[in-house]
Amino acid sequence: MSILARKNKVLLKELIKTDFKLRYQGSVLGYLWAILRPLLMFAILYIVFAKVLKFGGDIPHYPVYLLTGIVLWSFFTECTGQGIHAIEQRGDLLRKLNFPKYIVVVSATATAVINLLINLCVVVIFALLNGATPSWSWLLVIPSIIELYALTLGVSLLLGAINIKFKDIGSIWDVLMQAMFYAVPIIYPISMVASASPFIAKIILLNPISQAIQDIRHNLITSEAITGWGYIGIWWSLLSILLVILTVAIGAAYFRKRAPYLAEEV
Amino acid sequence: MASDNDIAIKVSGLHKSFRLPTERAWGLKQAIFNRLRGVKGYKEQKVLRGLDFEIKKGEFVGIVGRNGSGKSTLLKILAGIYRPEKGSVTVNGSLVPFIELGVGFNPELTGRENIYMNGALLGFSNKEVDEMYDEIVDFAELREFMDQKLKNYSSGMQVRLAFSIAIRADSDILLLDEVLAVGDEAFQRKCFAYFAKLKKAKKTVILVTHSMASVQQFCNRAIMIDSGKIIAEGNTRKVSQKYRDLNMEEDDPGRVTMKKGRGDSKYLSIKANAKVNTKKVTLDFQMEPKEKIEDPAMVVVVYREDGTPVYRWASDEKLDGELDLSQKNELHIELDNFFPDGDFSVTAAFASRDRSTDYGVFNDVMSFRVDPRNSYPQDVLWKIPEKFDLK
Repeated sequence: MSILARKNKVLLKELIKTDFKLRYQGSVLGYLWAILRPLLMFAILYIVFAKVLKFGGDIPHYPVYLLTGIVLWSFFTECTGQGIHAIEQRGDLLRKLNFPKYIVVVSATATAVINLLINLCVVVIFALLNGATPSWSWLLVIPSIIELYALTLGVSLLLGAINIKFKDIGSIWDVLMQAMFYAVPIIYPISMVASASPFIAKIILLNPISQAIQDIRHNLITSEAITGWGYIGIWWSLLSILLVILTVAIGAAYFRKRAPYLAEEV
Repeated sequence: MASDNDIAIKVSGLHKSFRLPTERAWGLKQAIFNRLRGVKGYKEQKVLRGLDFEIKKGEFVGIVGRNGSGKSTLLKILAGIYRPEKGSVTVNGSLVPFIELGVGFNPELTGRENIYMNGALLGFSNKEVDEMYDEIVDFAELREFMDQKLKNYSSGMQVRLAFSIAIRADSDILLLDEVLAVGDEAFQRKCFAYFAKLKKAKKTVILVTHSMASVQQFCNRAIMIDSGKIIAEGNTRKVSQKYRDLNMEEDDPGRVTMKKGRGDSKYLSIKANAKVNTKKVTLDFQMEPKEKIEDPAMVVVVYREDGTPVYRWASDEKLDGELDLSQKNELHIELDNFFPDGDFSVTAAFASRDRSTDYGVFNDVMSFRVDPRNSYPQDVLWKIPEKFDLK
């Protein structure tokens, strides 16, 4: 399996191109939806939580803070959602050609990555409008995004391969994501939880997704945002990074083991 | 013993079975129940039971067998899509499979985009596709449709496009699965020309097909598979005969028994005779119906040794009236002898006019030889002056 083989690269590129094109084809606003969707979601949540329920009053730049959370969370759900079903959806291709199967998963997640990059530009514009000052710390967002994407890919490879055998996985994951939405500090500020129960806040921050989101908020918007390494300590946050590495390793290993049989099972 | 360098594909002791789920629900719940009840939840179906063969470089090999005999599974294993269960497959050189034309075609994309997508699947970079783009489009005769979505193409246009890309595939070994089965007359002719080209270029080709005619036309050798085992191998003529014998056991109306110059299907029997002199080649057919034959059409094709069809006569194209096979009939075709030296074989086929019902395909119902003493000194074959009458 050579990831860099020219043939595989061409195929990957072509699959990503088609996926992206097809996603927004036939809609009037086209690619604009990639930005509009999280923005509209943001508008709803902002009205409900910030205006009606008065969340995040003490957080500087709370709207941007909220938007960042939504953008990253949408990325995670979109990416895993596409990734898990990728093998199933490209079954036709797998049954007729022999090529490295991971290409299908990677290409399916790529559209979400492109959307994320576009959305991050929107976040940055919002941050600037909101009075955040550009700094070198913004670059620290990159490792957090890589961490988040690695986790996504690990999950997609693992669950995508299992999903071929047990179609329930896709549905279970959807429900799990609904629950996870509330277990990750997206709409509520983690500081609110911390003031009520530091223990629960620590548990929440053990989650690599929470950590990535908080790190990005910290580096991009306000240094007041609570981060994993700041709140639960370096060692505990390393544990969650280890969790990401473990997920990727297990996902890749399992996928690799199943790959030769995917064509006949899909 | 051939040296290893001459071998393109070597298969030894190949076994494959599939697990077919026995319960309809194929999910987590069922898996847990089955585990608890100690039921396997699937049935093991053996598809290939120990195949051994070698294919030398430059050979054109036909793999034949009835539906469900395991030939498509074999092709997929050779293509690396399925994994052998037991045994080994060694492939020497680059290989491109055509399990289907137009793999990865997406109806929502334009013709142009589909060319690039399909090209990528065949291993071409965008730049390489750029270079051959014009030739592909011209060959498919679809230039003005390239910016339209594929879903607006007719199925014939789609096949043409797919085929035009497919023939660009440049690999040492080609695996073809029933590609012949689709498309109209003109398309089939293009297909045949492509096969002839492959054969001439000494490509290693494996053709999986039902069509004995194409096996006899193109292949140097044939392998026949039944119930996952090789039951005949070698000379195409011998294997075709065996295939016919095997199929005759079943009561399939389209199937045919044949001796040289005569043949029988469930619907009719035919006698054929050819005469050759320096001026004329005459082909005579006598058809006698056994059962009521509705709305029939008759096609006669003359093939050159290498499988190129050189002459074709079809009742629904050449006759003004309808062909009536309710009684004894004689067809007399008289061709000016423009034929070069060589052996020619004649196939007569009967089907309903919409080609939905087979009344009998008489492959190689007769053959004739044109030798230097009576041949026409020229290699032009397509416009043969003809005269015919049907009584």
